[in-house]
Amino acid sequence: MKYLDEYRDADGTRRLASAIAAITTRPWTIMEVCGGQTHAIVRFGVDELLPPSLTLVHGPGCPVCVTPLELIDRAISIASRPGVIFCSFGDMLRVPGSQTDLLSVKARGGDVRIVYSPLDALRLARDNPNREVVFFAVGFETTAPANAMAVLQARESGIGNFSVLVSHVLVPPAMEAILSAPDCRVQGFLAAGHVCAVMGYDEYVPIAAKYRVPIIVTGFEPLDILHGVYLCVKQLEEGRAEVENPYARVVRRAGNQPAQEVVRRVFRVVPRKWRGIGEIAHSGYGLNEGFEAFDAERRFGVAEVSVQEPQECISGLIMQGLKKPHDCPAFGTRCTPERPLGATMVSSEGACSAYYRYRRTGPS
Amino acid sequence: MSQGPTGFALSCPIPISDYPEVLLAHGGGGRLMRQLIERMFFAAFGGSDAPAGDSAVLDPARDLAGAGRRLAFTTDSFVVRPLEFPGGDIGKLAVCGTVNDLAMAGARPAVLSAGFILEEGLPMETLWRVVCSMRDTAATAGVRIVTGDTKVVDRGKGDGIFINTTGIGVLDHDLDIGPASVREGDAVLVSGDLGRHGIAIMAVREGLEFESPIQSDCAPLWEPVRALLEAGVAVRCLRDLTRGGLASALNEIAADTGLRIHIREAAVPVSEGVRGACEILGFDPLYVANEGRFVAFVAPEDAERAVAALRAHPVSSGAAMIGEVAQGSGGMVTLQSSIGANRILDLLSGEQLPRIC
Repeated sequence: MKYLDEYRDADGTRRLASAIAAITTRPWTIMEVCGGQTHAIVRFGVDELLPPSLTLVHGPGCPVCVTPLELIDRAISIASRPGVIFCSFGDMLRVPGSQTDLLSVKARGGDVRIVYSPLDALRLARDNPNREVVFFAVGFETTAPANAMAVLQARESGIGNFSVLVSHVLVPPAMEAILSAPDCRVQGFLAAGHVCAVMGYDEYVPIAAKYRVPIIVTGFEPLDILHGVYLCVKQLEEGRAEVENPYARVVRRAGNQPAQEVVRRVFRVVPRKWRGIGEIAHSGYGLNEGFEAFDAERRFGVAEVSVQEPQECISGLIMQGLKKPHDCPAFGTRCTPERPLGATMVSSEGACSAYYRYRRTGPS
Repeated sequence: MSQGPTGFALSCPIPISDYPEVLLAHGGGGRLMRQLIERMFFAAFGGSDAPAGDSAVLDPARDLAGAGRRLAFTTDSFVVRPLEFPGGDIGKLAVCGTVNDLAMAGARPAVLSAGFILEEGLPMETLWRVVCSMRDTAATAGVRIVTGDTKVVDRGKGDGIFINTTGIGVLDHDLDIGPASVREGDAVLVSGDLGRHGIAIMAVREGLEFESPIQSDCAPLWEPVRALLEAGVAVRCLRDLTRGGLASALNEIAADTGLRIHIREAAVPVSEGVRGACEILGFDPLYVANEGRFVAFVAPEDAERAVAALRAHPVSSGAAMIGEVAQGSGGMVTLQSSIGANRILDLLSGEQLPRIC
C-alpha cells in the first residue's frame, strides 16, 4: 500500500538497525510515549532489531489504559439507565470497572453503541429526540478536536439531549510527571506523532531543556520508530537534548491551529486522575464555562462516584517506564485479556496486552 | 442472469402476492403456511423432488452417488446484519457455510436441509430474493436442498431471517483429512486474499464508504477442494476461515496437533482495499472474517502443484503458500513480521473492536 509499505520495508529497517548499532556505545533507556507505538514495536518485533544495550520502555499514551476506574464506573452508571443511548469508541467497552464493564451492560439491555466519531453520536441525538445520548469523550489531544466540535455543533444547533462524559488527558504533563519521579530511568523520548500533528511540538522544547532529554517526534511504522530511536541515540551519544521532528510528513511545528482553536473554545485545562498513576496537575481537559449543559457528569449526577484501584496491578509502574509487563507476577497467570486486572491488559494499545499477544513463550 | 434448476431467473416475479409481508400465520401450520412452502420454497428448491412428508428419504446410490462411501454430516446456523451485503446475502451465506464445512472434510456436498426462522413483518420480496440466492448458490455448488422447515416469530423477536442449514456430503476418496494427519514440514496454503467478508459487512453496518466498495468473498469451496484432490495432492488438513479469520483457524489446528505453525506475514495475500480499511479501523486482517477462503495443509513435495491447482479455479485464483509446519512442538502459531522479526500469532480474546486513535 502506497505510503505504508515504504515504512515497513525489511531492507530499510535492517539498514537503520545497523546504523543504530554502529552509533550506540553505552546503555540507554528510551520511552515511546504512545500506545500505538508500543503496539507496533511488539507487533513487528522492532525492538528485536536493536542492540541489547538499548532498552525501550512503554509510556502512558494509551487512552483506555489511563482512564481511571471511577470514570468507567460513572460511564457504566449512566449507560445502565433507561432512555440513555451510551456511545463510545470500541475499545472502551471491554475495560473492567470495579464491578462490571460496558459490554456486560449492553448484554443486560443497556443501549451501548460503538461509534467511530463523536459526530455520529450527535447524529443519534438529533434522530432520537426523546432519548438522552451520551458520548464517552476519552483520549489524548488527538481526539479532543472532534469531541470539541461535537459539543460546539450541539450548542449551535440547540440539541439538548446530547452530553459528553469527558476524560481527556494531555501528554506533556504526563511526561513531566515521569521525569520528575525520583526513580525515573527514562533518558529520551519518542513523542507521540499524532498528538503532535494536532498540538505541534513547541511545548516539548522547555521539557527537553529542563530535564536534559532528547525528544523525537515519531510516527507509528517500523521505519518511523527506528528513525526516532536513531536520532534519539545520536543525541544521547553526543550529549545533546533537543526536540527533533523526523515525522515531518504529518507534523508541523505549530500543529493544526484551527483544531487547537476549537479545543480552546470548548475545553479548559484541569487536573486529571490517571489510572495507576494518580492525579497529575494540569493534565487533562474539562468542559469550559458556558458548556456545563453538555456535561454528562452533572446531568446524571455521577461526579461523586469514586473507587479504589486494585492493589495487585502494576500498570502505573509500567506506564511510567519503571517496570515491564514480564516483571509483573500476575502477568499471563492471574491477569489475562479474558480476566484483566488492569486496563493495560485490555486495550489493544496497552503494553501488557501487546506482550501477552505477541511475546508469550508458550501457549496458554 | 443465471438460471436456477427450476428455470426461474433471479428477476422472476415473486410467486406470492397475497401478502406483501410475512405474517405470524405463515408459520401457523394452516393454509398460509402451506402456500408459503409450496409457492416459494418448493418453487425455488423442490422441482419434482419436493418431499411428500416432513422427511426427505434418500437413496445412497441415487441421491448421494456414493454407495459404500464414507459420509460427512454437518449443521450451521446463520445470523447476519444486514441481510443483504455487497457480494452476497444471508441465503448465499447459509448454503456456502454448510457446503464449505462439508468440503473441509474433503466431502462432495450432496444434499442440504434449510430451516427458516422468519420475523413477522419481513417483506416477502426480501425473503424471495434470499430464497432465489440460496437456489442459485446451491446450483453453483452442485448441492440439492431436499427438506426444510419454517417458523415465524413475533415482530422484534428476530432479526428478519435466521437460517439453519444441515448438509450431507460424500467422501469419494480414502484420505483422512483433518488435524490428526498434519505432519512437521507440511506446507500451509491459503486459497485467496483475506478479510473481504468481514470488511464488506462492517462497511455496510457502519456506513463506511471506500472508493471501490469491498465485496464479500462468500463462495462455495467444494470446487477448489475437488481440484486439489483431482490433482492428486496429499491433502492433510483443510479449514475454512470464517469468524476469527486465518489467525484463529491456525491456532485451532496448532492446538489440536500440538505442532508449531509458522507463517510469513509478507506472503499472506490481502487486497489494497481491505488493508486500507483495516489500517483505518485498527484491525488486523489476519483476524477478519472470510466466507469463501480456506487454509490447506499439504505434503511439502505437493505444495507447488497444490497452488497451481487452486489458482486454476476462479474462487481460489489468489492462492498462495504462506508458511509451514515448523520443527518443535508447542501447539502455537508464530509469524515472521514484514520486517523480518518473529512473534506469536495468538487467538483474540473476543471480537476485534475499533480503536480510539
